[in-house]
Amino acid sequence: MAIKRMTERDVVAELSSGMTIGIGGWGSRRTPMSLVRAILRSDLTDLTIVSYGGPDIGLLVSAGKVRRLVYGFVSLDSIALEPHSRAARQAGALKVTEYDEGMLQGGLYAAACRLPFLPTRAGLGSDVLRVNPHLRTVSSPYEEEEEEELVAVPALHLDAALVHLNRADDTGNAQYLGVDPYFDDLFCMAAERAYVSCERIVPTSELTAASPVQTLLIRRWMVHGVVEAPNGAHFTSCEPDYGRDEDFQREYVRAAADPEAWAQFRARYLDVEEHEYQAAVAARRAEAVRV
Amino acid sequence: MSTSNGATRAEVCIVACAEAWRGDGEVLASPIGVIPTIAARLARATFEPDLLISDGEALLGLGTWPVGEPPPVIEGWIPFRFIFDLLYAGRRHVMMGASQIDPYGNTNISAIGDYRRPTAQLVGVRGAPGNTVNHPTSYWIRKHAPRSFVPTVDMVSGVGYDRAAAADTSAIRFHELRRVVSNLAVFDFATPDHRMRLVSVHPGVTVDEVVASTGFELVIPPDVPRTREPTPQELDLIRDVIDPRNLRFAEVPG
Repeated sequence: MAIKRMTERDVVAELSSGMTIGIGGWGSRRTPMSLVRAILRSDLTDLTIVSYGGPDIGLLVSAGKVRRLVYGFVSLDSIALEPHSRAARQAGALKVTEYDEGMLQGGLYAAACRLPFLPTRAGLGSDVLRVNPHLRTVSSPYEEEEEEELVAVPALHLDAALVHLNRADDTGNAQYLGVDPYFDDLFCMAAERAYVSCERIVPTSELTAASPVQTLLIRRWMVHGVVEAPNGAHFTSCEPDYGRDEDFQREYVRAAADPEAWAQFRARYLDVEEHEYQAAVAARRAEAVRV
Repeated sequence: MSTSNGATRAEVCIVACAEAWRGDGEVLASPIGVIPTIAARLARATFEPDLLISDGEALLGLGTWPVGEPPPVIEGWIPFRFIFDLLYAGRRHVMMGASQIDPYGNTNISAIGDYRRPTAQLVGVRGAPGNTVNHPTSYWIRKHAPRSFVPTVDMVSGVGYDRAAAADTSAIRFHELRRVVSNLAVFDFATPDHRMRLVSVHPGVTVDEVVASTGFELVIPPDVPRTREPTPQELDLIRDVIDPRNLRFAEVPG
């Protein structure tokens, strides 16, 4: 059986500039941050990013990696607005395709099912149709008492998907142990190539030893690469392994407000290798305990 | 304080928001924000016992529990993807916030100013377009002012009556805006052309004050009643059970 174990660096080496990349999780929850950080260290650029957005979007935008953002929101959850993406929009520096959250799901599902579009009521009457003139409507071909004309959400084909789960085996079967699968399976199925990072790679038999089989959200046929990334979703949450690092997230937001503070944040946390990032996070936590 | 029983403005707002769910029965009450969250739990603890209420993540909780704490009993699982299924099925009544709302109930949570280069980028349309054309929607506007109650919104996120009508049958079919609660008053759209109507003013607020704080012409009936005051039982539930940490005053001071 194909062993798909990779490093973050290997994953980034399979990506190229101009690609459309989907990022799993939801807001500041179970986001594949170690893969995002690896993209920050690369020379990839001109990316179209599809995401239920959180700090992944902020970091990629701040590093000038994003040409277009396809999204329904960008939020840090406990902090409503994400500062970098906000600043980029207000500077007119970020192109967006803004969809309703359910439309985004529909587009991913259409791509996963190899359909050109899926119909939905969501978007009708809203300015989502005005700011996305490529969107079309479709009439029901069946006789109705009242005729239905619905939004045809175009398939959102991804060149690559990046998701983070709690556990995986080295063939790509991956498991979520928190309460919400989010849309990670759809991201993987909508993508040409899907890469799963996880807290721990375990033997396949261990996946269902202590958890019900329904937790196996990602099946190996969806997956091209598996990365073991302990604390890899930091500073987003990865329940039940760890919650969101709220204190770190506040530091991220504070730093984003001031160029000098952001330069320091970058030097300490972003212009470094992943193991150095994790060491800096651990050191920061130790400092906080001492204070 | 201008209520007879010492209820604060925040508590009057909570009861006014709770009233939005009256008569809904077995649907998911989805509150966005602190005041609506307290309100949904209050509605279920008193006059609307069959409501379903989530913990804000993926669990449906039973009982009446404090804001910011986990529910005492879990009765169901409702991850984000199932919320989409449920909203398409119509078994939900959401109370959202908005930075802008117009006379027909169009709302904006996406961007203020020119869409290509907004003066203020907000969170994004989120689920507002889909929510508003699939099931009942109410709004909680915490700061009633001419800049939030505007003649037209900059980016229609939640769909109002005029826009739903213009989009035709599929947008109207399940569209229903129930009520708007602000820190000053309660509104609905029960007028012939679905323009926003003043339903009641909160104790201590005058109609003139509401008019001066609204950036468009409201439909104002000859006699405008006062928003009802919380009952002693409601006040006890709010203060002792649902919001013992007084988080409500962060949204509505005093």
